Amino acid sequence: MNARAWQRKDLLGIAELSPAEIQLILDTAESFREVAERPIKKVPTLRGKTVINLFFEASTRTRSSFEIAEKRLSADNLNFSTSGSALEKGETLIDTALNLEAMSPDLVVIRHRYPGVPHLLAGRLRSGIVNAGDGAHEHPTQALLDAFTIRRHKGRLDGLTVAIVGDIEHSRVVRSNIHLLTKMGSRVRVAGLRTMLPAGLEALGAEVFTDLEPAIAGADVVMMLRIQTERMNRKLFPSAREYFRLFALTRERLRAAREDAIVMHPGPMNRGVEIASDVADGPQSVILEQVAAGVAVRMAVLYLLSGVREEEA
Amino acid sequence: MQLISKVTILDGAQMRRVVRRMAGEILERNGGSSDLVLVGIRTRGVPLAEALAQELERMEGRAVPIGSLDITLYRDDLSTIAPQPVVRESHIPQPLDGRVAVLCDDVLYTGRTVRAALDALLDYGRPRRVELAVLVDRGHRELPVQADVVGKKVPTRAQEEIKVSFQATDGVDKVEILGREAKG
Repeated sequence: MNARAWQRKDLLGIAELSPAEIQLILDTAESFREVAERPIKKVPTLRGKTVINLFFEASTRTRSSFEIAEKRLSADNLNFSTSGSALEKGETLIDTALNLEAMSPDLVVIRHRYPGVPHLLAGRLRSGIVNAGDGAHEHPTQALLDAFTIRRHKGRLDGLTVAIVGDIEHSRVVRSNIHLLTKMGSRVRVAGLRTMLPAGLEALGAEVFTDLEPAIAGADVVMMLRIQTERMNRKLFPSAREYFRLFALTRERLRAAREDAIVMHPGPMNRGVEIASDVADGPQSVILEQVAAGVAVRMAVLYLLSGVREEEA
Repeated sequence: MQLISKVTILDGAQMRRVVRRMAGEILERNGGSSDLVLVGIRTRGVPLAEALAQELERMEGRAVPIGSLDITLYRDDLSTIAPQPVVRESHIPQPLDGRVAVLCDDVLYTGRTVRAALDALLDYGRPRRVELAVLVDRGHRELPVQADVVGKKVPTRAQEEIKVSFQATDGVDKVEILGREAKG
């Protein structure tokens, strides 16, 4: 079998992907990036295919990014969100999914607050499933777009040092990023307040820090995570100002990283909490490039998955 | 089924003469090279576009812009083949508007690649005219497509294949017919 051939019906997580599969998605995304620069930003590739965006949890940017990716591939798409839907009327998750499947979609993009829901549905549905975030478990397309952005700037992933800083415990992007980056040969450091560091990160292959400076010292990439201010009520940290003083990425602190380090953030960012404005808008920031990369990576994933029929998967 | 080389249709010297004649025809058709953009269809159309551009530059003393076009996303058989073919990047020198785009491909066969290439190309702009230049026309069209500039017409059987090699990509300039070993 061709090593460059995609064989999976679903994209559920990074954990099960091989380095060759990751490479194939990133290389394919490279070709799709160019579509956004054309006068006509649309290709007929998924004409006649139907994609359902099934979002059980609010998400503006991930859903918009998938929607644009679907439209640029000429797929027909439908957004199904839970507010006002049958789920509020007592229908079970599986019944909702089976009802949607009865309309013969080719792909279902799903976000849910509980880990494992996309995996559950993937076993029940004939359609291909794309995990768009299942709780704090996996968010594969985010990790892929981060890797895509890093690779564009650094030309490679192996041998890089990537520091991920912030609310490690509640972030939906950390696990997928650790899986992906370690598989591709990067060294991953994670750093956060002790109250935001879950156990078991070392087992995933990450080095754990409880201070910012040593974590970003000599790093090629500094990835800041959103601090959800609503978590303050749970006493994970005393105040936004206190957090800024301890853990925010400021221009002075960024000097500890390599001179050519890039600064990333999955958004939405809190200026003045986890990141200073002059860093977010500074020359090392690639935060808006991540957004553009998201569309290209999602186009690549939808393209690859749509070529696999159930009997082959 | 292993295909073997049956006949060499063009060797290196012949192929260079053919490319030179094709470049001459392109100039004649367009009264010069000032508005031209050569667009190679991936993969073997790209070295043909480069070879033609080299000849055109030698004849006219002016560089002609070259682009490359990957037609994977425009194929009409994506729903019948699996898994998905690898997508490569396209690069079109902008803008195409008002210029003459010369699509270049190594072999013209069913015409489906050219149909896809036309759709792809027109998403990049509105060229004043689109022409088609192919090194080999082997017949067996499935769509009403014809080339404006042809290197060599070669009658073939459907089971045969045409293999085009370029110095730049394959180390040698050559056109061969591949087929099963002839009996007797």
